[in-house]
Amino acid sequence: MKADPKGVLTGAHFLDGDHACAEGALAAGCRFFAGYPITPSTEVAERIALRFPLVGGIFIQMEDELASMAAVLGGAWGGKKSMTVTSGPGFSLMMENIGLAAMTETPCVIVNVQRGGPSTGLPTLPGQQDMMQARWGSHGDYEIIAVVPNSPQECFDVTIEAFNLSEEYRVPVMVMMDECVGHMTEKVVIPPAEEIEVFNRRLYDGPKQDYLPYAVDSDNGRVPLMANAGAGYRFHVTGLTHDERGYPAMNAEVQQECVTRLVDKVKLNTHAIARYEEEEVEEADIVLVAYGISSRVAMRALEMARADGIKIGLFRMITAWPFPEERIRQIAQHVNSFVMVELNLGQMVTELERCVAGAAKVHLAPHAGGWVHHPEDILQIISEATT
Amino acid sequence: MNAVTHPMEDILRMDRMPHIWCPGCGIGTAVTAFAMALQKAEICLDKTAVVSGIGCSGRVAGYVKLDSFHTTHGRAIPFATGLKLANPELTVVVISGDGDLIAIGGNHFIHAARRNVDIKVFCINNFNYAMTGGQLAPTTPEPATTTTSPYGAFEHPFNLPFLAESSGAVYVARWTALHIRRLTKSMTEALSKKGFSFVEIIAPCPTLYSRRNRLGDGLDELKYYHDNSVIKHGLDTRELDIGYRKEIVMGKFVDKDRPTFIEALNDRFTQVFGDKYEQYGPQNANGN
Amino acid sequence: MRTEIRFSGLGGQGIILSGIIAGKAASLFDHKHATMTQSFGPEARGSACSAQLIVSDEPVFYPYITKTHVLVSMSQDACDKFLPDLIAGGTLLVDEDLVNLRSRSGSFKMFEVPATRYAEELGNRILGNLVMLGYFSAITRTVSPESFKKAIPGSVPQRYLDLNIHAFDRGFEHGISQGKQKKNKKSAKVIEER
Repeated sequence: MKADPKGVLTGAHFLDGDHACAEGALAAGCRFFAGYPITPSTEVAERIALRFPLVGGIFIQMEDELASMAAVLGGAWGGKKSMTVTSGPGFSLMMENIGLAAMTETPCVIVNVQRGGPSTGLPTLPGQQDMMQARWGSHGDYEIIAVVPNSPQECFDVTIEAFNLSEEYRVPVMVMMDECVGHMTEKVVIPPAEEIEVFNRRLYDGPKQDYLPYAVDSDNGRVPLMANAGAGYRFHVTGLTHDERGYPAMNAEVQQECVTRLVDKVKLNTHAIARYEEEEVEEADIVLVAYGISSRVAMRALEMARADGIKIGLFRMITAWPFPEERIRQIAQHVNSFVMVELNLGQMVTELERCVAGAAKVHLAPHAGGWVHHPEDILQIISEATT
Repeated sequence: MNAVTHPMEDILRMDRMPHIWCPGCGIGTAVTAFAMALQKAEICLDKTAVVSGIGCSGRVAGYVKLDSFHTTHGRAIPFATGLKLANPELTVVVISGDGDLIAIGGNHFIHAARRNVDIKVFCINNFNYAMTGGQLAPTTPEPATTTTSPYGAFEHPFNLPFLAESSGAVYVARWTALHIRRLTKSMTEALSKKGFSFVEIIAPCPTLYSRRNRLGDGLDELKYYHDNSVIKHGLDTRELDIGYRKEIVMGKFVDKDRPTFIEALNDRFTQVFGDKYEQYGPQNANGN
Repeated sequence: MRTEIRFSGLGGQGIILSGIIAGKAASLFDHKHATMTQSFGPEARGSACSAQLIVSDEPVFYPYITKTHVLVSMSQDACDKFLPDLIAGGTLLVDEDLVNLRSRSGSFKMFEVPATRYAEELGNRILGNLVMLGYFSAITRTVSPESFKKAIPGSVPQRYLDLNIHAFDRGFEHGISQGKQKKNKKSAKVIEER
């Protein structure tokens, strides 16, 4: 499907990441937004509030982030592509209903413009410290998808992709930005609507009496067909463990089937979902792994290391979850070491270590947040890694 | 076909019966009243959705044969808000308990009423948290005992109609599970009312609240309602506190009109944008 | 070629907007790569603020200033704060009525314009940033005046567009005529005090 031209601000713009993200949502067809202001994400909500009235969208500022996330789920079942945006403290409050989204397979997009934490931390300064929370923040076993843009242009692009993935896999998708990317202003090119691919919800249209809201078959893989509220199917949706009918079924057998499918529909499609970019990884002895703003800082360190004669490459994650496991395993076969550059004291690096599984050395360039790495500090770790 | 059918078959999920509620519990009565109200209000069942939170009353969504959502604890109202705003042609009803709607969900309750979101909130008040074994609720009268107020409750409980009215509800009523006909009438009115409508249903919890307070069984509770309830329509909602084993005042207290969230939004944007603005409404529904 | 520019002044002077307009002009109309960042904080109006702009022929990865090539200062505080980061041989542009540089040390080319005074003459001191942008364009040529003229519409309120363009022109002309005078004198005003 092509994008609805109504929401697409075609042209070249000079936008910050937050505004570009909002435009991405509009282009993707997002028409329901519920949120609560929080630095440094508020500009996304502000732009949506400004733009929605004339594109037929509904914007509501809720009383808190618990309500925002719940309203987003309601919005999704009401038939709209729905989104909220927040930062650390609000993200924590959203977790329970993100779990409900995972359990009920409700398509929705959650944008987290990450700031330094824990707690109130550094409201106006960057961090990448919610990466594990994105993956594991709600209780129980489930999978989500998380994308990590590193420029305003990519904020626009991956927000569209986030909506597409969310509708395709019926899973909450998180756009894990950071304060730097959110508040950085660059050229953003918004293509004409007919050049923007959007994925619209796969809806059930069979006989009413045959509708099983959580049944899967060979046609739709592991993702059941959805029905929006009001379409006459009179279905039941619950956060309890449920069978194909959507009815509560509280026993180990149904739990096994239900939860395994929630995990598998993402995990077993990692090859189709995970995106990354490589910079001379094949020839490298040492590979930097980075995402978001840290990838741009890592690029500077890479240039410095090359000038020193080090054979170095960069693996930039565009998708953080599901982690591009297979590709990392391949690279691990021919490099000596990896250096993970992230604005935290070691989060995605644990995933990297798990996948590398001893095949190469893994180093971390840590940073507690509040600012980006000094490229010199990364260079120092690179030189240590080469010895 | 001569098979005997249940009169509520079109509204209840018969394949889910029997339900989980205890003998003597008032929730089933509230569901019956709701089912009758749906029939009386003559609204399109395909366009009616029920949202519940967590708790005994939170299970109502699972038994009604409508689009039904059993959400998280306390969040039925914001979920319902999203549902209604995304698809304005739906009639959205929240049925949940006092703990769910007023304690953990209290903030959402007052804000939805303030915004006058066009949803119907039917709160089944059994004075305690029943699903988890009978704990103190924000409605437990002083000095009733619960498992977490073993020496008797000493916090002052909420007066729900007063809370609803002062937050902005346009329709407010209270009945007990004994007064099925009047309850049904109020629910019917609420279903046809535009705006945030609130009906409180006082319901027995024989297994926990009554037993712990040595109040007998479900029937004894209905006798208490019978002997101690009075109807005072239009009474000032400030007068509606419920004391322990004291009089229960029932009736319809508020029935007024003010713009709903969507009406106010349309008014505002029309003022600002004029003809460029397309009214938001049922035509914006993206059904199947 | 990578030019690192810092626009600085007080909150309320339109400093961030200067960065946005210059970045927009450079990237959308001069077709260069431009990245604008700003310090975000609880700062209110009246405290020192700045916008960092990188303009480059190559894609910009590292988005922050490491060595300031051009410092634009519209307040004493901001100038005091950021001048030490200006590279030797760098360019300093100041509002001459708001920044006093007599006690400075370092080696850089300094240019002065009465930006706020010109703006007041045009009717509103808030236009000072546009005067400064015109001056910046004339002096540094990092961003062309033609592109500035295309970037200003849409970045300022439509009803004040003409006034903003006037302000830009005023600053630009000041820079050009200053340049001609300096050519005659055969030397730019270079401060070298150690």
